[in-house]
Amino acid sequence: MNSNKADYNTTWQKFVRSHAIYAWLLIVPAALFLFIIVGWPLAETVRLSFTNAGLGGEKYIGWDNFEKLYNSRKYPGIVGRTFYWMFLSVSLKMILGTIGALLLNAKLKGRAAFRVMVMPPWIVPMAIGCIGWLWVYNGHFGILAGVLMHLGILDGPFEFLAYKTSAFYSTIVTDVWVGTPMVTIFFLAAMQGVSQDLYEAAYVDGASRWYRFRRITIPQIMPVIVSMALLSAIWTFNSFEIIWILTEGGPRGATTTMIIDTYKMAIANYKFGYGATRALMVVLFLTVFSLIYLFILGKVHQRFKVK
Amino acid sequence: MEKYTFFQKILLYIAITVFMTYILLPFFEMFMASLRPLEHLFRSPYQFWSDDMSLKAYSDIWDTVPLLGRYIFNSVFLATVTTILCMSFVIPAAYSYARFNFRGKRISLGLFLGVNMFAGAVLLIPLYKLLRSLGLLNTYAAMFVPGAAFLVPTGIWLLKAYLEKIPIELEESAYIDGASRMYILRKVVLPLAVPGLIVVGVATFIGAYAQQFLFAITFNQKREYMPLPAGIFEFVGYQSVIWNELMAASIVGIVPVLIIFLFLQKYLVEGLTKGAIKE
Repeated sequence: MNSNKADYNTTWQKFVRSHAIYAWLLIVPAALFLFIIVGWPLAETVRLSFTNAGLGGEKYIGWDNFEKLYNSRKYPGIVGRTFYWMFLSVSLKMILGTIGALLLNAKLKGRAAFRVMVMPPWIVPMAIGCIGWLWVYNGHFGILAGVLMHLGILDGPFEFLAYKTSAFYSTIVTDVWVGTPMVTIFFLAAMQGVSQDLYEAAYVDGASRWYRFRRITIPQIMPVIVSMALLSAIWTFNSFEIIWILTEGGPRGATTTMIIDTYKMAIANYKFGYGATRALMVVLFLTVFSLIYLFILGKVHQRFKVK
Repeated sequence: MEKYTFFQKILLYIAITVFMTYILLPFFEMFMASLRPLEHLFRSPYQFWSDDMSLKAYSDIWDTVPLLGRYIFNSVFLATVTTILCMSFVIPAAYSYARFNFRGKRISLGLFLGVNMFAGAVLLIPLYKLLRSLGLLNTYAAMFVPGAAFLVPTGIWLLKAYLEKIPIELEESAYIDGASRMYILRKVVLPLAVPGLIVVGVATFIGAYAQQFLFAITFNQKREYMPLPAGIFEFVGYQSVIWNELMAASIVGIVPVLIIFLFLQKYLVEGLTKGAIKE
């Protein structure tokens, strides 16, 4: 029996180990697909960024586009705004996602219904959700201005998307609205995966709800929070549709993030070469950001010896 | 475990109400706007309720935009095809990453996840060229091929976590019994992975359904292939916007998918819990 078991193990180990080729064969279709649809366009973007490509043809111009971008007076503002926009939006999504998951995890009547009700912003096409928000933000006829006027907080119509500051925060509110349900559901799933024994043991020891939340729930779901925050940051950084439909980057550039700016340059102004340079900057900034995030994360893990 | 006190319950319900108000506000607003006659919409100050509300917009939309039904169908159709295409790449790759150790595993997985960094909006111009040279512009494929590509990395990441939870012993014994590798994948692993496949499939479908705007307006000019998020902007004319019908059409357009989702959401939360998504 024992030798039998050993045989069995070695066969299996051979199966697992000697299967590099099989393992790769399974991966190749996906890799090839992404290489064509993402890899090649990326290489082409790099090439275009060194040209003055437009509707009238293209010519190699070296680093001119990058120099022009470097000397642009507006661009640093756009970069700063993008990071600020991302930071605010992701923080709010994480906070609201945690609160939402806690609320949906509470043992209350109607819990199942609440879990369904939270999902529509995630499921519904973004463009359609944004149409709803367009009307909410409407200064004369929208519900937000309407309610605020009834309450006397506003003394007249207020177009939320027409002023720089209010437009900026309005797009954040909508972006958070689109992103929160998914975060909520993922956090909820993570909370349900936490062993009940931990809570019961803590309860027996007299730990308060708040203490249990801080010392059990948060550490247990931390891996999910951390990876959701990074994914969410990348998606938010690249978010296009919401801003485009609400404001097209306006008023006077107040909601122009790097992605909107890239799109305007390349598609609306037909400056393919200069647009490609900006597209490359988006990728570059995002890569650097992610690497720093992962680096800090590694340090924190080392420091606190958490897994 | 302790129960909530009455006071705590009240507080929780109030918090849930506030949260849900935020989540459902735009839908409520859409619905209210769809009920008002167009001229009434531009009436200030804001009225919650009035007696001239009607469902007329819901019958008028089909005349204003005759292709509306087609757009709704296109949306669901595109999302379905995108999901199938995406999953056919995701399943083998996720299985490979979940089961085997091989040289280059970490790096290649990192590269896959790195694809998340590239939004479609960044690569539009070369993608346009690529689709043109493949002869795919102005077809359904112009939308579902790039759409599927950008969903593959997250799909692999989610499904891998799930497949790792499936006990390896069953595959072992099937292999000892002389089953081929493909047979193991098809007849042993996949049936066990069904709940995980549902979760990843639903998540992919949502991704494909929710983000149909950009590729549609850029790579497709044929109206009969337009998905709802792009087609709905036909209610936005050069001169004026037929707001009430725009809202009515939006609601009609999303209801089918919301109903499908009512049935699927249970599996989603359960499945995500079992997969216990980590790292």
